[in-house]
Amino acid sequence: MKIEKETVKYIAHLSRLDLTDEEIVEFTGQLDNILRYMDQLNELKTEGVEPTSHAIEIKTPLREDVVRNSLSQEESVSNAPERKGPFFKVPPVIETEE
Amino acid sequence: MREVLTMNIREIGTALKKGEFSALELTEFFLNRIEKYDGEIKSYLLVTRDLAKEMAKEADRRIRSGESGELLGIPIAVKDIICTKGIETTCASKILKGFIPPYDATVIKRLKREGYVLLGKVNMDEFAMGSSTENSAFQVTRNPWDKDRAPGGSSGGSAASVATGLCVASLGTDTGGSIRQPASFCGVFGLKPTYGAVSRFGLIAFASSLDQIGPLARCVTDLAILLKIIGGYDPSDSTSLPFSASDYTTFLGQDIKGLRIGIPKEYFTEGIDHEVKHGVEKVIGTLMKCGAEPVEISLPHTKYALATYYIICTAEASSNLARYDGVKYGLRMGGKDILDMYKKTRVNGFGKEVKRRILLGTYVLSSGYYEAYYRKASQVRTLIRRDFEEAFKLCEVIVTPTSPTTAFKLGEKIDDPLKMYLSDIFTIPANLAGLPAMSVPCGFDSQNLPIGIQLIGRPLDEGTIFKVAYVLEKETDLKKIPDEFSV
Repeated sequence: MKIEKETVKYIAHLSRLDLTDEEIVEFTGQLDNILRYMDQLNELKTEGVEPTSHAIEIKTPLREDVVRNSLSQEESVSNAPERKGPFFKVPPVIETEE
Repeated sequence: MREVLTMNIREIGTALKKGEFSALELTEFFLNRIEKYDGEIKSYLLVTRDLAKEMAKEADRRIRSGESGELLGIPIAVKDIICTKGIETTCASKILKGFIPPYDATVIKRLKREGYVLLGKVNMDEFAMGSSTENSAFQVTRNPWDKDRAPGGSSGGSAASVATGLCVASLGTDTGGSIRQPASFCGVFGLKPTYGAVSRFGLIAFASSLDQIGPLARCVTDLAILLKIIGGYDPSDSTSLPFSASDYTTFLGQDIKGLRIGIPKEYFTEGIDHEVKHGVEKVIGTLMKCGAEPVEISLPHTKYALATYYIICTAEASSNLARYDGVKYGLRMGGKDILDMYKKTRVNGFGKEVKRRILLGTYVLSSGYYEAYYRKASQVRTLIRRDFEEAFKLCEVIVTPTSPTTAFKLGEKIDDPLKMYLSDIFTIPANLAGLPAMSVPCGFDSQNLPIGIQLIGRPLDEGTIFKVAYVLEKETDLKKIPDEFSV
C-alpha cells in the first residue's frame, strides 16, 4: 500500500473532515490507486529543474496605497449562517469554566 | 424567431437595431425554450426569469436611444462558479447553497457594461471538479445528442445549454479541460484563453494557477466577440496579464496558406478511440487542402501531464477550499466546539469527489511528502512547458483530439476516479503550460455523437486559433443543435 488507513485518518483531521470509518476505507483504496499512478513521475530525472508555480511569468503588481471603497460591514456579514449584529458568531473556541 | 439560433451575436445585434424583434422578445424566446426543453436536459440550476426580462427591457431602451454596446439584448448563461451580485451562486455545492455574492465578478461587470441579458446560472461539477457534471450536488445534466450520455464537465451546463439552443452563448471555466471537453462532447465551440488573459476576480477558486474563464458558443465569431469583452488587464486580479484584448474578429476569414500546424505524435497513440482519431485526421486533411502545412512534432512529457496535474490541482484546491468553514457563508452544522463544527460542516457540505481531492491535496502538501509529490510535479510542469516552447519553434498552432472518446454514458465512470480523470488527458497540458486552446466540432461518430478537435496556440496568440477555427467552421458546416431541439 502507498497509503495506510491511519494516514488517511490523520489527513482527514488536517483537512477538517469528519469521515466515517467506511469512508476512510473507501478513500484509502482510491487514494492508493491514484498515488500509484502518480509514481510514474519518478521515472523522470528532475535534478536542477526549476519548479513552475505559474505558467506565465509575471511580476508582483504594485499600486499606490490609496483609500478605495470596499464592501460595507453589513455586506460582509450578510451571508453568515449565524451572526450577532455586525459580527460572525461561532461556537466556543476556548473552554470556559463556570 | 428560430433563425436566431443560427445567427451570431453581431447579426442578432443588427436585427435588434433594425427592429426586426425586440430584446424582450428575444429573451422570451429563450426563456420559452428553457421552459420547453430544460426539464429533460437540466442545464440550468437557476433561471433568472424576471431579472432577464428587466435586463432585456433596459437593453431595448438603450437600443432605442442609440446607445452602443456589443451585447445589447444578448441572452447569456453563466456557469454557477462565477459570482453574480445579488444572485445565488452555489458552485453546485451544498456547502454554498444560498450564497448571495455581494459583488460581481469582473467578467460579469464587463458583460453588463455591454448590455448583456443574464438568463441564469448553469450546472457544473461541484467546485468544477469532474469531467461529466455528475458531481453536481443538485442535478444530472444530459447530453442533448444522447440523453443517456454525459455532457462532459465540469462546464457541462454551459455546453449543454449552448448545444440545446437555450442561450446565445455561455461563460464556463477551464482548469484541466472543463470548457473544451464538454464543448467537444456537445458539439459546440469552447475557448480556454491564455492564463491571465481573463480576470479571475469573482471566480470561485479551485486551482488558482490553472483556472481560466472562457466562452462557449455555436460559432467562432461569438467566441471572438466575447473574448474581446471579457479579456484584458484587471487590477483586481494579481495574475492578470498587462494587455488589452483586441478585436479578434479581424482574424476570421484570413487564409491559412503556409501556416504550420504541429501534430504531436504522442497524442495519437494508446487509449484514443479510432473514430476520434479518424475524425481528427480528416480535419488535418481539410487544413492541408486550405494551404496549411502539417509538421510532425513531439511533446515527450505528455504521458506525465495527468499525474502532474492531479498533484498540483489537488494541492491548490485543498488550500483554496479551506475557506469553507461554516462561519462566513453557506452551510453550518452544529458542533460541540469550533473544531467539531468545522469538521461536521465540511463533511456534510462537500461531495465525494471534492473530499477526495482535498484529502489528496492535503497529503501531497503534508510534511514528508511535499518534496516527493508537489515539488516533483512542479518540476515536471517546467518540462511540459519547455516541450511546448520547443514545439512552437516549428509550428504556429498545434492540432490534437480534444478528448480520447466521444461522450460517455452517464454513470459509466463515476465509481472509478482515475478512469474519469483520463478523459482530460489531452486538455490538461495546455493548462499546465498556460496556453490558449479551443475545442472545435469536426464531425460525428457512427453513433451520431460529436467529435471535437483541439487547437493549441502560443501564449496570447488566440488570433491564430481563431483564424484556423473559422476555416474549419466554414469547411465543415456542421449542425450545432440536434434536430429534436431545432423546432
